[in-house]
Amino acid sequence: MDESDDAFDTDLELLVDAIHAKYHYDFRHYSRVSLKRRLKTALSRLGYDSVAALGDRVLRDRTAFGTLLDFLTVHVSEMFRDPGYFRSLREAVIPVLRTYPSLKVWIAGCSTGEEAYSFAILLREEGLLARTLIYATDINSSALSAAEAGVYAADRIAGFTESHRLSGGHTSLADYYTAAYGKAVFDRSLRENIVFSDHSLATDSVFAEVHLVSCRNVLIYFDRQLQDRALGLFSDSLCRKGYLGIGARESLRFSAHHGAFAEVSRSDRIYQKRDAA
Amino acid sequence: MQEFEAIVIGASSGGIEALSVLLPAFRPELQGTVFVVVHLPRQRPSLLADVVAHRCALHVREAQDKEPIERGTLYVAPPDYHLLIDEGPQIALSIDEPINFSRPSIDALFESAADVYGDRLLGIILSGANEDGAGGLAAVRRRGGTAFVQDPNEAGCPIMIAAALKRTPDAQVLNLEKMRHRLAMLGTRPTTHAKD
Repeated sequence: MDESDDAFDTDLELLVDAIHAKYHYDFRHYSRVSLKRRLKTALSRLGYDSVAALGDRVLRDRTAFGTLLDFLTVHVSEMFRDPGYFRSLREAVIPVLRTYPSLKVWIAGCSTGEEAYSFAILLREEGLLARTLIYATDINSSALSAAEAGVYAADRIAGFTESHRLSGGHTSLADYYTAAYGKAVFDRSLRENIVFSDHSLATDSVFAEVHLVSCRNVLIYFDRQLQDRALGLFSDSLCRKGYLGIGARESLRFSAHHGAFAEVSRSDRIYQKRDAA
Repeated sequence: MQEFEAIVIGASSGGIEALSVLLPAFRPELQGTVFVVVHLPRQRPSLLADVVAHRCALHVREAQDKEPIERGTLYVAPPDYHLLIDEGPQIALSIDEPINFSRPSIDALFESAADVYGDRLLGIILSGANEDGAGGLAAVRRRGGTAFVQDPNEAGCPIMIAAALKRTPDAQVLNLEKMRHRLAMLGTRPTTHAKD
């Protein structure tokens, strides 16, 4: 490793510690390789020539920190990403959820909201939205504002529509948004049952008992220790025999909580909490 | 030939044909690990690992997040994820934005592998119609690793190789036949121990 790369790595660690001390955002157990790539992107887009220069600025300026936070945390998702996941939920999980008089669903790491709206639409199609409360949480407040607004670029809608159809949707996605000026604005009524809220899987604790947790492509940005913390929160939040969905290429196999969940759909990464032994 | 702890291979248009020549060359005694990124249409179900598996003596699997890296194994990047090497070393996946319109990105794999493996890394760029991999191969060389590119004259599509050579002029240009022989020599030196 040459000197400048060594300096980058050291400065990265210092910045992560300083951000934790000053702003209480804890990136200490984020996957190093992704954090490093995102920080490099931030440096080049924001025009800083070193991590130290960026650090000087963000530790003195809350607005600049907010900008950096977007680079470090926001991931762009899609509605009905991996349609097979939603199809499996409809087939294997919804029939069980239907037996409860009221439901709570937690979308952990909801970013700009695509997954939360996907769930709201799916639950409405299945006749369950009216009795469901969806908690959609993220650590990034500007992503949460975007999620709450529910406005997406119109050129993304064709892909969303196709994925919705493949997910087994039996209504038309067009029923749920109004298109205007290159934007698609999702129906306010979908939001009546969604609570968008700030929550950190790294530092916060359990806030509700839920029947289903969906946390997809969030754990890949954590190291194993933080993955275990998050999975522990999910396990503690889930009701007896509650369900957990993770990303298509994520795995519980390497986690300390591996034994706490039974497979519902191996290929779609849907699990069910086991009864404690 | 020097033993490598890891070998990273990037291919795009025309690259499957090249891989089908090269991958049978690896011996099961290979002391290193092989990582492969191939650009494929994103919604296609990933059959690549299956296609590759029966042509290769290594254990072949599609990479999963946080998987510990095993020797004598070939990991294929899953469609629509970046495949990265994290400290440990272990596998890390990411759905960050496509790079050079590509996810998985060859640059992302090569750069992250160069950080972790340094001079114990071999990077190989094969046929392709875009410029992904050029920055990655340069990173491999900058960290003291070895760089091979397929001879552009025999590649189905030479654009990716030309872009890589422009950034890494000292990369070794080899036709597939020669490259196959070089790879077949890996794992034949019993006393070499890769650094843990």
